[in-house]
Amino acid sequence: MKFLRDALDNVKPNFEKGGKWEKFYYIYEAHDTLLFAPKDTTKSKGVQIRDAIDTKRLMMTVIISLLPCLLFAIYNTGLQHFLAIGQPEAAISDIIWVGLIQVIPIVVVSYVSGLTVEFIFATIRRHEVAEGFLVSGMLIPLVMPPDIPLWQVALATVFAVIIAKEAFGGTGMNILNVALTARAFLYFAYPGDISGDVWSYIGSGNEAVAGFTGATPLSIGAEAITTGENVVASLNAYGSGWADGLFSFSNLFWGFYPGSIGATSVFMCLIGAIILILTGSGNWKIILSVVLGAWATGLLFNAIGANAFMEIPAHYHLVMGGLAFGAVYMATDPVSAAQTETGKWIYGILIGVLTVLIRVFNPAYPEGIMLAILFMNVFAPLIDYYVVNANKKRRLQRATV
Amino acid sequence: MSKSIRLKKGFNINLAGKPQTSVIEADQPETFAFKPSNFHGILRPKITVAVGDNVKAGTTILFDKKNDRVKHVAPVSGEIVDIKRGEKRKLLEVVILADKTLEYESFKTHSVSDLVNLTREEVVEQLLEGGAWPNLVQRPYGIIADVDATPKAIFVSAFDSHPLAPDYQILFKGQEQYFQAGLDILKKLTPGSVHLNTNADAEVSSIFEHAKNVELNKFSGPHPVGNVGVQIHHLDPINKGDIVWTINPFGVIQFGKLFLEGKHDSSRIIALTGSEVKTPQYYKTYTGASIKKFVADNLKGDHVRYITGNVLTGEKINANGHIGFFDNQVTVIPEGDYYELFGWIKPTTSKISFQRAFGLLSFLNPNKEFVADTNTRGQERAFVQTGVFEKVLPMDVLPTHLVKAILAQDFDDMEALGIYEVIEEDFALCEFVDVSKHDIQEIIREGLDLMQYS
Repeated sequence: MKFLRDALDNVKPNFEKGGKWEKFYYIYEAHDTLLFAPKDTTKSKGVQIRDAIDTKRLMMTVIISLLPCLLFAIYNTGLQHFLAIGQPEAAISDIIWVGLIQVIPIVVVSYVSGLTVEFIFATIRRHEVAEGFLVSGMLIPLVMPPDIPLWQVALATVFAVIIAKEAFGGTGMNILNVALTARAFLYFAYPGDISGDVWSYIGSGNEAVAGFTGATPLSIGAEAITTGENVVASLNAYGSGWADGLFSFSNLFWGFYPGSIGATSVFMCLIGAIILILTGSGNWKIILSVVLGAWATGLLFNAIGANAFMEIPAHYHLVMGGLAFGAVYMATDPVSAAQTETGKWIYGILIGVLTVLIRVFNPAYPEGIMLAILFMNVFAPLIDYYVVNANKKRRLQRATV
Repeated sequence: MSKSIRLKKGFNINLAGKPQTSVIEADQPETFAFKPSNFHGILRPKITVAVGDNVKAGTTILFDKKNDRVKHVAPVSGEIVDIKRGEKRKLLEVVILADKTLEYESFKTHSVSDLVNLTREEVVEQLLEGGAWPNLVQRPYGIIADVDATPKAIFVSAFDSHPLAPDYQILFKGQEQYFQAGLDILKKLTPGSVHLNTNADAEVSSIFEHAKNVELNKFSGPHPVGNVGVQIHHLDPINKGDIVWTINPFGVIQFGKLFLEGKHDSSRIIALTGSEVKTPQYYKTYTGASIKKFVADNLKGDHVRYITGNVLTGEKINANGHIGFFDNQVTVIPEGDYYELFGWIKPTTSKISFQRAFGLLSFLNPNKEFVADTNTRGQERAFVQTGVFEKVLPMDVLPTHLVKAILAQDFDDMEALGIYEVIEEDFALCEFVDVSKHDIQEIIREGLDLMQYS
């Protein structure tokens, strides 16, 4: 690999001070460090050796944990397409092909548009390109509807990176989760393209099968509030004739139903959660507390039982919609989450509680987890403030004893 | 009340190059040096000798104009051959070419039974004159102890848990008498207790086990359990307005020798350690020794870094540099100035890591001795990861928030978050594990300087 190193060393002077592309040093530098771990050594004072981890490896670990969801997303997008047009016997190669054609362009657009913004800001602000977007760039496609127009993906990504991240100073400084900001932007700017009948890719020239309404488990739940029908019965009844048991509990768990591209499968999220927790890249306290918060709120609502959606068994909340995906990948974003260990519990529980609260009481926004996490992102510093204050108080009390 | 305390947080960095138990009395190094940078709180150093002067072991060579009662003395007798200065004429080193047989300044001698009758003033006076005082480190701030202060307690850590740390049982073998005398002297300096903190996980050296007039505490757990700051936090934490002193066993023994024998004796044993040393072992020498003779013909490679102290808190020196005042150890590890293709993602079992992100497999092999080089393994970034510093700092201190308070120069927050309880070394592991590669120890010192001087 010496020739590669030599090639990089050859062009390097052009980017250094006085070189003709001096302005673009950080773009060169990003590529150089992507190929080669730098040869920097520790300072003469301070630690003389460093842990083998760096942010690139940490972010890459999170991306690896997302791969099960991405692979499942490709399959499921294809599968839902063929179910919706009434060809459940489609060959697996066709299913994967349709999935690839729908999903990969969204991933590519997300990365290209986001990284472009990152490179521009690194060049203007004269700093290294941070790795944070590598994860956001993968999360954004996975929370989009499969049929989202590509220009909207690009617009949402650019908006999120600039407004939610760079405006605050870049990776590590942001208050809101970048990927969720992108989704929330689309949700409020183009509600027609990210709600209603968008969760299965039909494709032009195809007719949806009879009985297909474009419903999701959450929209069925929201409807039940007005109709008063038993939600579980409605879920089980949906899809009969063209996709039996589409919204059965086990199918919701495995994830073979329409929804955000990569957020439907609780099972894949569990695999991701295990990877995150074992590698120390995601916080188990947050994941567990979101689940507990949602489940406990579900149980509480069962006890009250004022409307049909409240009566849904609490464990259904854990498999419907994006709760699992949000808990595992979004809530655990260390930058926008609470940073104290006690704070993480409070933060997670409140996300779970709010998610179910929004689902059940605010049918205008059937998916509660997105807003719940963004809301708690804003409150995370406040939670930390009180936890830090408690530490300060302990220290003061000790002094007077 | 003696306490037994068990700590869970921390991390032992298991490196190759542990010293064998042999102690070598080789040719003594030619030069010895005194480095003001080994101390915090020397503001206006004034040198009292010139190049060409002859000094005895214990002759004052330097004092601080802002703190002129504390004398810094020559560790050995000989001729002053160099006074090295850096930028803005900052004093770096006073180098002494040692005599073949050492001559000592003589100070008052006392018998063991006399020690009890000494007054605090007499003790302080002799410690200052004999040049032993700078062994006393004052917290908050980790500075040379204030002559006019009375500490609420004095703490001695009787073991070192740093990577490749020397075994105190070897360093201080046979010094029982002096050690006990030193403890008796410490007892004069404080109305409170003298705490001697031993390692519950290893055999306690008899020199510590039979110490009298002290609170004998036991600590167990991973590094930084041996850090005296961590021990203080669990025994008698430092609150605002408190002053405590710390001293290492070498200093205690030097105190004892100063009073019992009336001389400034800086003879000590140091450990030469590290993966690049052919035979890592112990050497008998004096404080401030040049490492030149120890490392000559004793290295595996030539592209190495010499460190006085350990790999976490030490300082880089060159091949004929001198060992620091507080260091019992020299570490030699490979330099890491190389590029590595896809080094940021390649799975590795050979690089040590506290973390377990993708491809970091060192945790599978906890008993392996790792060879670590000086490569930073990545570049500095904004703080991203949370919750990891907390796992290696066994104190009720919020490390990230304290560091951020220092960066923001928020004095109230620094104080409230416990800056008085810490010095750099307590945060060394945080710096090691930091995924964002910040210079945490440097930041902590900045914070201490801010609190102290502004």
